[in-house]
Amino acid sequence: MGEAILRVRDIHKSFDGTGVLRGVSMEIREGEVVVIVGPSGCGKSTLLRCINGLETIDRGEIFLRGEKISGRRKDLHLVRQRIGMVFQSYDLFPHMKVMDNLLLGPTKALGRPRAEVEKEALEMLERVGLREKACALPRTLSGGQKQRVALVRAMLMRPEILLLDEITAALDPEMVSEVLNVVIDLARGGMTMAIVTHEMRFAEAVADRVLFLEEGVVLEEGTPEEFFHAPKTERARHFLQSFTYASKRDKVEIQPKNNAGD
Amino acid sequence: MDGAFILAHVPDYLSGAWVTLRFGLYGVACSLALGLLCCLVRSFRVPVLRQIAGGYIELARNTPLLVQLFFLYAGLPRVGIKFSAEACAVIGLTFLGGAYMAEAFRSGLESVDKSQTEAGACIGLTRAQNIRYVVFPQALATAVPALFANVIFLIKETSVFSVLAMMDLMNVADTLRTSGGHTVEVLFMLAAAYLMILLPVSLLATLAERRLRYAGFGDRHSV
Ligand SMILES: Nc1ncnc2c1ncn2[C@@H]1O[C@H](COP(=O)(O)OP(=O)(O)OP(=O)(O)O)[C@@H](O)[C@H]1O
Ligand SMILES: [Mg+2]
Repeated sequence: MGEAILRVRDIHKSFDGTGVLRGVSMEIREGEVVVIVGPSGCGKSTLLRCINGLETIDRGEIFLRGEKISGRRKDLHLVRQRIGMVFQSYDLFPHMKVMDNLLLGPTKALGRPRAEVEKEALEMLERVGLREKACALPRTLSGGQKQRVALVRAMLMRPEILLLDEITAALDPEMVSEVLNVVIDLARGGMTMAIVTHEMRFAEAVADRVLFLEEGVVLEEGTPEEFFHAPKTERARHFLQSFTYASKRDKVEIQPKNNAGD
Repeated sequence: MDGAFILAHVPDYLSGAWVTLRFGLYGVACSLALGLLCCLVRSFRVPVLRQIAGGYIELARNTPLLVQLFFLYAGLPRVGIKFSAEACAVIGLTFLGGAYMAEAFRSGLESVDKSQTEAGACIGLTRAQNIRYVVFPQALATAVPALFANVIFLIKETSVFSVLAMMDLMNVADTLRTSGGHTVEVLFMLAAAYLMILLPVSLLATLAERRLRYAGFGDRHSV
């Protein structure tokens, strides 16, 4: 894996005096997929939102390919053109057809020729199995389809890094995999990503590295093997435990192996 | 009812209707422009202009049009600013209407969820592009019923123009009534004339609302 694309150095963020991020540092290298997990309210969304400037940070610095992007600046839109982000709530533009949703950013923000982008958009829709939906309005799509469109919309900006915030949290269970498979496909293609998710199996499958965030600090960091099978901290073990169910026959599905002691 | 009287005075009413409609529409058009301007100044938080717009909206909405017209027609000439009756009519109606239109646009803008602006920002749109392509079209769709209600309200308000000695519908009727009786016929024709102007507008409003609903952004949630 290549150079660091994103560097977050000791960022702090509080809302109304409550510290939500309390000194978070991390680095994402070219082509790397970093999954960020942690209990609800620990600051995962806030971290991603700070990275592309949807929230301002109180302290610390953020660098994109070595260039400082945090702090007050007038050209935030230029920074955001290089950082893709997809949310839980899809947020397609309801008054535009799928294709127009896809074209808006590349043609207006990047000023690329429409015909060229349209061709690329159709190819990408094809790849996610939605080519025939190009002329559909968002409200006629299922949640899983909307979210795949949202992913294509973000990717058509050719971002240097993609931030995904619990993109399957609002989906019915049977639609989760159709979306996550697209993400895995992107990861295979070498896309650099920071992913917040509660889907632990997916996290394990897609991650090169896992960050465990708790109460606004990175409590643990490691490979998926380390984190999911041998978490170092009691907190992480406890967190992972919350995704398992004790079977009435005393067998559990996603039991982290208990070899953390060594 | 005296049919002959009614027939004989149809041309008077037609010319009155033309005055009402023409100056009503001038006022509506200028109100839309002024309202949009005020609304943008406020949502872009332009310093100073934003406070001026806020003050203007309160002033215009909380004083009667009649008073505003007197001010323009009788007050301003005292300080050396003189407008023709027609200009006063359009300026007055715009002064009143701009405030109502601004509020209608604002309610539309506020109906667009913050997540839409964020989605626009995330694909690298500038603030102006975001408003133009993402927020405004959705805001307009929501604002359409209120905008049409304002159009109807403003055209009805033109009945005050008679104080400017303009021969609008109201003044035509008033003149006829005071000059020769036939009160019932005069008022009947007056009501009919306003109806003929405003019913099509109402119909248009209903059509526009229905079209927008079907156009597919009825479901604002989780799109
Ligand atoms: N705009 C805001 N104003 C005030 N408080 C906020 C705001 N945004 C987030 N918070 C608070 O910051 C804390 C962290 O929120 P955040 O959304 O980052 O958590 P999260 O880790 O993404 O949680 P979840 O897993 O539930 O999505 C929460 O306590 C939340 O209430
Ligand atoms: Mg969150």
